[in-house]
Amino acid sequence: MRAIWDILPGLGDKLAAHVALSASAIGLAMLIALPLAVWAGRSPVVSRLALSLASLVQTIPALALLALFFPLLLSLRAVFGEGLPTLGFLPALMALTLYALLPILRNAVTAQANLDPGVLEAADGVGMTKWQRLTLVEAPLAAPFIMAGIRTASVWTIGAATLATTIGQPSLGDPIFAGLQTQNWALVLAGCLASAGLALAADNLLWVIEVGLSRRARWMTFGGMAVVALGIAAALWGQGAPGDAKRPVVIAAKQFSEQYILAKLIGSRLEAAGYAVEYRDGLGSAVVHSALASSSVDIAVDYTGTIWANYLKRTDNPGREAMYATIRDWEMRENGVRVLGRLGFENAYAFAMRQDRAAALGVASLADLVAVAPRLTVGGDPEFFERPEWIAVRDAYGLSFGRTRNFAPTFMYNALASGEADVISAYTSDGRIAADRLLVLADPEGALPSYDALLMLSPRIAGDAGVIAALRPLIGAIGVEAMREANFAVDREDAGKRTPRQAAQELARKSGL
Amino acid sequence: MPRTPLIGQAMATPQPLLRFEAVTCRFGEIVAVGGVTCDIAPGGFVALVGASGSGKSTLLKTVNTLVAPTGGRVLFGGEDVTTLAPARLRRRVGYVFQGIGLFPHFSVAENVGIGPRLAGEKLPPERIAELLRLVELDPALAARMPDELSGGQRQRVGVARALAGGPELLIMDEPFGALDPLTRDALGRKVRELHETLGLTTVMVTHDMAEALLLADRVLVMDAGALVADAAPRALLAGEGGPVAQRLASVPREQAERLAAMETPGARRA
Repeated sequence: MRAIWDILPGLGDKLAAHVALSASAIGLAMLIALPLAVWAGRSPVVSRLALSLASLVQTIPALALLALFFPLLLSLRAVFGEGLPTLGFLPALMALTLYALLPILRNAVTAQANLDPGVLEAADGVGMTKWQRLTLVEAPLAAPFIMAGIRTASVWTIGAATLATTIGQPSLGDPIFAGLQTQNWALVLAGCLASAGLALAADNLLWVIEVGLSRRARWMTFGGMAVVALGIAAALWGQGAPGDAKRPVVIAAKQFSEQYILAKLIGSRLEAAGYAVEYRDGLGSAVVHSALASSSVDIAVDYTGTIWANYLKRTDNPGREAMYATIRDWEMRENGVRVLGRLGFENAYAFAMRQDRAAALGVASLADLVAVAPRLTVGGDPEFFERPEWIAVRDAYGLSFGRTRNFAPTFMYNALASGEADVISAYTSDGRIAADRLLVLADPEGALPSYDALLMLSPRIAGDAGVIAALRPLIGAIGVEAMREANFAVDREDAGKRTPRQAAQELARKSGL
Repeated sequence: MPRTPLIGQAMATPQPLLRFEAVTCRFGEIVAVGGVTCDIAPGGFVALVGASGSGKSTLLKTVNTLVAPTGGRVLFGGEDVTTLAPARLRRRVGYVFQGIGLFPHFSVAENVGIGPRLAGEKLPPERIAELLRLVELDPALAARMPDELSGGQRQRVGVARALAGGPELLIMDEPFGALDPLTRDALGRKVRELHETLGLTTVMVTHDMAEALLLADRVLVMDAGALVADAAPRALLAGEGGPVAQRLASVPREQAERLAAMETPGARRA
């Protein structure tokens, strides 16, 4: 647990980013919801429509809502030009604002509907104009209830803002996602503690304001508001002036250990060459490719098989070299993305089983699996069963499993060990294949494509000689054994556990870099 | 207590303060007020009596335009009320109603002073104290919040608020309906007294015929949206005003007779 106290002080900039994002989203939601609530109070149609729309938004999982803004903003570039950011602050702000609308709107509408009709009649009777009635009577009387809605919205938003990590906006979700992928529980707990602490602090501060409003205790209202304002100001100041003249090189990482390690390896070389570097960790796999093409991120490691199936939409398998050459040309032609080269190892999909289980069933290859599959459970990462690789294997062999289950990549091996899955979709660069003494099933039909790791540069830095010079030595330098070792060092649970940065240093040393 | 009616049908007055001209109020299919015509002279204390749903409250609210008539018009001082700016009109017409409607987030003083404040005038504390004394409240209550007051005190504040702007006309909608009988009687007398001393014109809606007979000098009776009687209290008790008015008047009369009978020694209970 000591580790948590060591991590927490280092989360200052994530906290500042988290506060700035959450506060902006709640502020924007208030700007939209409060006038809308006034309108809704005068028109039942508007009231019903606004509340149903806000409720509808709540039914979309926050993670999906955040991810949906990426394609939306990308398509809006046709209108607003290429300068429109598609990742990071803007989509996170928009998604969280939508999310914060409902509690504010609902409380404001309910508060208005429940105002004493006698008081409203008196307001008209003493000769108030509509505006005076709103500002002198309705708003002050509804304020405590509206504040309660803002409190709910704040707690939700601060919680959901951790998910902004997946679309490249720094937040307290960064340590949580990084920790989850590398099984660094101290990191996960530190991130959770920080965001829960922030949510509690906000909740209590806003409670003070709410009580101040309902008891008409001005010192509480204004005292609470002053502390909130100070907190937000400190966060914005901690963020630094927005729009720094020179943008750092942004390195993307998908949500698994190998990506974190390689990102740190690339980053350290660029830093050594004098570049400012920023990491966008924990991005969704689908987001990374588009983000790179739009220069929202500058450097990413992707895999030939992934690009082949998902972006070239090819289902054939022309062989490793032809695949690489086709992809390299296609990326430059279609996206302006420069494929600098292959790192040297493959992270292919493979099917793995425990040796004892495979022996008992008499299985050594995918072909052997066909007969027993209906009695077995197959585990895959969350996207695996939607991927063309799975469909290719399934159709090539006519495989039909009794049950399919999704696991986070790091948990798949645990599932295999505990018997919750009989077969898993493993990755060939994964250290646990060797560590757990797993059997990788042969692929006699050649249904699984190759997965050479590619180092890719965004159009923005595709011609940057300094970046290319710093990264060129990585091409062909990283063998599958070295990568497995590094991955295992990050994934393992015992004393040998390393952070991605430490693992990257060891990987660099062992690879002669 | 009964007073000589000013002028029976008010026809001799050069200009009525308030004139209803064929006022009609429809809410969809329902006709709440169906063509009421009537003049109210300056200085009169008029009670508007009727059963629930007879349209008396709706008619009253056309005066300060809380309800807009769907037909006919209401003249206040010779001007059609719908042509006057509502906010300005309502400052000239003091309004007291059963719900009282004190602003819970305003102190007593702020509640009393709200009308003048809206007109851009801040009432000095002496004027607030004077208004509170008018309705027999301790001026020390000025700093209290409404929820610290009793129901009777609150309605007194409501009356003080209605008087604060120096209105020409005081309209009251079941003003004492929610009060206990003692408070109700005391406040009724107080309002009648203020009506005299301040030279007000007052229109009071009530469903209580006894209250109407005892406080007003002219009683209008409404039934199903129409004006069915218009008489001085004494005349009404003498049997004028038609069947609806007589039915309403019979209730307090019989109650009084039964009470009187109980006080007569030897009389058996009815």
